[in-house]
Amino acid sequence: MTSYALRRLLIAAPTMFLIVTLSFFLMHLAPGGPFDADASLEAEVIANLEAAYDLDKPIAVQYGLYLKKIVQGDFGPSIIYIDRTVTELLSIGLPVSLKLGISAILLALLIGSSLGIIAALRQNSSTDYAVMGVAMTGIAVPSFVMAPLMSLLFGVILKVLPVASLEPRGALADSLPALAPITPYIMPVIALALPQIAILARLTRGAMIETLRQNYIRTARAKGLTQRKIVWTHAMKAASLPVVTYLGPAAASVLTGSVVIEQIFQLPGMGRFFIQGAINRDYPLVLGIVIVYALAVILLNLIVDLMYGLLDPKVKAN
Amino acid sequence: MAFFAAQREAQEALMADATAIKGRSLWSDALRRFKANKAAMAGVIVLGLITIGAVVAPSLSPHSVEDLDWMNIGAPPSLESGHWFGTDDTGKDMFVLTWMGARVSLTIGIMTTAIALSIGVVYGATAGYVGGRTDNVMMRFIDVLYALPLLFFIIILVTVFGRNIYLVFVAIGCVEWLTMARIVRGQTLSIKQKEYIEAARASGAGPATIIGRHVLPNVVGPVIVYVTLLVPTNILVESYLSFLGLGVKEPLTSWGVLISRGANSIETAPWLLLIPATFLAITMFCFNFIGDGLRDALDPKDR
Repeated sequence: MTSYALRRLLIAAPTMFLIVTLSFFLMHLAPGGPFDADASLEAEVIANLEAAYDLDKPIAVQYGLYLKKIVQGDFGPSIIYIDRTVTELLSIGLPVSLKLGISAILLALLIGSSLGIIAALRQNSSTDYAVMGVAMTGIAVPSFVMAPLMSLLFGVILKVLPVASLEPRGALADSLPALAPITPYIMPVIALALPQIAILARLTRGAMIETLRQNYIRTARAKGLTQRKIVWTHAMKAASLPVVTYLGPAAASVLTGSVVIEQIFQLPGMGRFFIQGAINRDYPLVLGIVIVYALAVILLNLIVDLMYGLLDPKVKAN
Repeated sequence: MAFFAAQREAQEALMADATAIKGRSLWSDALRRFKANKAAMAGVIVLGLITIGAVVAPSLSPHSVEDLDWMNIGAPPSLESGHWFGTDDTGKDMFVLTWMGARVSLTIGIMTTAIALSIGVVYGATAGYVGGRTDNVMMRFIDVLYALPLLFFIIILVTVFGRNIYLVFVAIGCVEWLTMARIVRGQTLSIKQKEYIEAARASGAGPATIIGRHVLPNVVGPVIVYVTLLVPTNILVESYLSFLGLGVKEPLTSWGVLISRGANSIETAPWLLLIPATFLAITMFCFNFIGDGLRDALDPKDR
C-alpha cells in the first residue's frame, strides 16, 4: 500500500514538470507579447518593461530562470495587476475557488448518490424515471444556462439571494442573519454542482443495481436481513467504487466549471484571474494558476487512488 | 422404398425451410433492438430535423444574417414582423442567428470528434496491438495527460494563437482523444487473443493488415457509442469557450455565443437566452438518448 502510494507520488513529479514546460512554451512561443496591445507605449518603454520581466532574454534562458524560481515557490510578479505578485493574487483567488469547488463536490456527492440509491432501490418505478429524467436534464442543460436562469428567478424576481456580488443581500440574508455570510455562495455552488449531481446519480444508480444482483446480496437476503442493512452494510461499499473513481474527473470538471461560474456571479476566484491573465498574456499569472490547478487535480487523483486501494480488495492485495 | 421417398421429402421440406430463414447478423440484431428503443429513435428523428433545419432554415426567413432591423430592436418573438424568434439588441433576426449557430455548433461537434476519433483509434490500436513495453509507455503518457487541466490548455491555445474556428477544431480535437484511445486499446488487447487473429497471422498477414482488417472492425461497437457521447461533449466545450468570449468570432455565431449574449440581457429579453439554450439542450438530449440506445443495442447484457 505504501509503495503504491509512493509510486503514484513519483508519477506526479514528471507530470508537474510536463505541465509547466508545456504551458510555458505554449505561451511564450506564440507571436506577440503582453505589451503589444498598448499602442501608447514607446519602443524604449517596452524594451525596459520586457527587461524587467526577463522577456528580452532567449526563451531557453527564460525557461531556466522560471524553473529556478518556481522550485523556490516564487511565481514571479503579475504583469497586468501592477505591483502584485502572482502569489498574492493566488492567495486572494484560491480561497474563493476552493470554497466553491469543495462545497459543490460535497453537495453533489450527498445529493447525487442519495438520488442514485433511491432510484436503484425502486428500479423501473415512476420514482426511478423521475430521478433519471431530472438527471438527464442536469446533463443536457449546461451550468452557464442554469446560472443566469437561477439568478433571474431567485435574485431578480424573488429577491431571495444576492446577484453577482459578495455582499449578503436579499430576503434570506435579511430573515436569517446567521446564514447571511454564505448567501452569496448558494447559487454559484448549486449551479456548479448540478451537472455533477446528475452524473453521480446516474453512476450510483447503475453501480447499485449491478451490486444488488450479486450472489452475496442474495445470501444476505436469504439470511433474512432487512433491506436497510443489506443496502448500507453490504451493498454500499462495492457500489461506491465507481463513484470514488469518478471523483477525480468530477474535481477537474468542477475546476473548469468554476471559471464560468465565477465569471457569471462576479466572484474574485482563480478562474477570473485565469481568463484575465490569458487574454492579456500575463505569463506568470497564467502559469501560476495552471500549476495550482494541476497540483489540485493530481493531489485529488492521488487521494482517490488511495481510497480505491482501501475499498477494493483486489487492488489492496496487489 | 416408399419409406425412403417420404423421408427424402421430409428432408427436402426441412432444407427449404432452413434456407427460407434468413440468418441474422450481430448488426441486424443490434439495429432491431435500437429501433425498438423509442427514446433513441425520437432522438434520431429530432436530431435529423435539427440538422435539416441548420441547412435550410436560414433561407426560409424573410430576413438575412446581416440585416439590422432598426424598427425592431430587442423585439419579442412575433409572427407579424417575420421575426419568429424575436430580434437581438442590434435588431438581428434570432431565427436566422439560431439556425446559423446550429450550423457552427453541429459542425464543431462533428469535426472535433472526427479529429479525436482519428488520433484515438490510431494511438489506441497501436498501443494495444504492439503491447508490452511500448503499450506501457504509451498508456503512462495518457495517464499524465489525463491529470492535466486540459480545458485550460484549450483556453491558453485560443487566447495566445488568436480566435480562429479551425484552431478551435484542432484544440478541442487534440484534447478529447484520450478516452477514445483507452477504449480502443482495451478492446484491441482482448481481440488480439482471439483465434482468428492467430489464423490471420499464420496465413502471413502483416500487422497493418491485421489491425486494419481484423481488429478495427471488431472495435467499432464501443467506439460508436463513445462517439455519440463525444459529439455533445465537444459542442458543450465550444459553447463554454464561446460563453467566455473565446469561441468563434463574428460574423460566425454558435449557440454558445448566443447564450452568452442572451445571459447579459436576461431581464429585458429572456428569449435571447432561452431559444438558443433550448436548442442546445434538445441536441444534448438527442445525442444522449441515441448513445444510451446504441449502448443497449450493441451490448444487451448491460441493460
